[in-house]
Amino acid sequence: MSTDLPAACPKGSQEPGPAPGPAPGAPPGPAAPPRRLPLPPLLAGLTAALLVSVLCGTGLGAAGVTWGETLRFLRAGLTGGSIAPGEVSAYTIVWELRFPRALLAAVVGAGLSAVGVAVQAMVRNALADPFVLGISSGAAIGANAVLLFGALGALGVWALSGAAFVSALAAMVLVYLAARTPQGLTPLRLVLTGSAMYYGFSAVTTLMIFSVDRGEAARSAMMWILGSLGGATWSSLPIAAAVVLAGIGCLLWTARSLNALAMGDETAAALGVDPERLRRGLFVLAAAVTGAVVAVSGAIGFVGLMVPHVTRMLVGADHRRVLAVAPLLGAVLLVWVDIASRLLLAPVELPVGVLTALIGVPCFVLLMRRRRYTFGGA
Amino acid sequence: MQVDIEDLSVEVAGARLVSDVALRAGSGQFVGLVGPNGSGKSTLLRCAYRALRPATGTVRLDGDDFHALGAREGARRLAALPQESASEFDFTAGEVVAMGRLPHQSSAGRVTARDTEVCAAALERVGAGHLAGRSFPTLSGGEKQRVLIARALAQEPKVLVLDEPTNHLDIAQQLEVLALVRDAGPTVLAALHDLDLAAAHCDVLYVIRGGRIVASGPPDEVLTADLLADVFGVRAHRVAHPETGATRLLFDRLPTS
Repeated sequence: MSTDLPAACPKGSQEPGPAPGPAPGAPPGPAAPPRRLPLPPLLAGLTAALLVSVLCGTGLGAAGVTWGETLRFLRAGLTGGSIAPGEVSAYTIVWELRFPRALLAAVVGAGLSAVGVAVQAMVRNALADPFVLGISSGAAIGANAVLLFGALGALGVWALSGAAFVSALAAMVLVYLAARTPQGLTPLRLVLTGSAMYYGFSAVTTLMIFSVDRGEAARSAMMWILGSLGGATWSSLPIAAAVVLAGIGCLLWTARSLNALAMGDETAAALGVDPERLRRGLFVLAAAVTGAVVAVSGAIGFVGLMVPHVTRMLVGADHRRVLAVAPLLGAVLLVWVDIASRLLLAPVELPVGVLTALIGVPCFVLLMRRRRYTFGGA
Repeated sequence: MQVDIEDLSVEVAGARLVSDVALRAGSGQFVGLVGPNGSGKSTLLRCAYRALRPATGTVRLDGDDFHALGAREGARRLAALPQESASEFDFTAGEVVAMGRLPHQSSAGRVTARDTEVCAAALERVGAGHLAGRSFPTLSGGEKQRVLIARALAQEPKVLVLDEPTNHLDIAQQLEVLALVRDAGPTVLAALHDLDLAAAHCDVLYVIRGGRIVASGPPDEVLTADLLADVFGVRAHRVAHPETGATRLLFDRLPTS
């Protein structure tokens, strides 16, 4: 905001031909693109970082398990080796709690980041994130019905994620029906409808929390609304992982069309992409991935907003590059944020969503100010 | 490639915006569409690049029904420059031009050497080779327009549809853009705001009012003082260009009686 030019100083007067020479301090060469990192080393580096991060997520924790033991338990778990009877509780911590949790953090981070990219292109809005469509707050209603009222008790361990997923899809249908017009889904209507529904669904959730007079239940509901990976188990992993991977695959497949859509509906049409059909497909995909992710981790905010932007600052706006990098970046980020959420106030565990915001906001502002980044106008 | 628009009508939200339009652009011709604001120029053109579906009528490219062709096949034959140019996204000019190859690529297909070649040639063609690495949203209006024309050329179309390509450009840029498009090769169908520019650049002009074509033919025959008074509400003088002798137009307000 402080960079706004006074009205008397119009831009665009720099037209007449190429400048006689580079301005002082400007990088040499007129067409040097300074802010595109080469993709292969970046992807290799991020993949390595992700492996190390998951390892750290498994090794670090309040209960002191040495790195040697951690690696041994991991090998035992992966290859079916045996462990001494005295080590069962340490093994359980490593193999049953921390490892699936680190993996889930990676899956959730990747999913939220990829969907964030897709939704921002779909509604052509820099402030959009996976939650702007109201899907997460819809999921919260289902989750809270389970947490507060013990709904769907017959489903056992699947009750929470099942209820969250189903209510996420119900929310999606509601938003879709409310937003659609004879001309189809327009970006602005989609954002407005989603945002309005978000508040509506949140109000219902709050009402539910207040109507239940049990502190502990309200606390776990709160934890879920702010997002937490504390419920990670091996059983919660496969569906979320499959949906997220399939979603990322589909998005990579349509990356070129996303570029066209980002330029505008008419441009997309002129380039042979049906914007209406693409947006409908993206909406369903975003809802499915968000639903699957939110079902296992609650509504972890800010990742889906920030990671796409950070990725664009690193590799530019081409969706083929963004969609390759953003999921890895989001995965690494969330694994580390989850580690921090367990260690900072140990043994008390912080909601991950609180930390993603606390860490993310300053990083984001710094990056945005340092690099000349122009999403949303120069 | 010849473009034939036959009996075309467009309805949006129950309102008939274009009625029974017939229009022909012969292969390689530069055909202009002029009319007052709200006369249906853009609506008509939108049907020609698939952003709108006509209620009745057809758009034919060398006889083939354009809307019956697949979207990609259509985009290989016909490229368009819509009026919207706002991109929120920080694409480079080179990336914007590369989008023109979309109809020629499969989803998972790699960028071929030919793709890269065609894009580079298109940028050079519009004199914007030096802009390839620049951020598209930070370009000036004239630079943006040149990059967008390069994108359309990278589609290797046989027909080019332009919706007010000279909007927001200064006079030198307007002349440059029209010359570029003229020399590019494909059949051109363009909505133009500036009647004098249209008269100077088009082979054939169609005048549209209230969604109907009211006159058509070579600019000299079409843009008569009577028609300009009737359709545009201006008093027009036709004068000869002092150097070339070509007909130019001067405008005044109609006398209020």
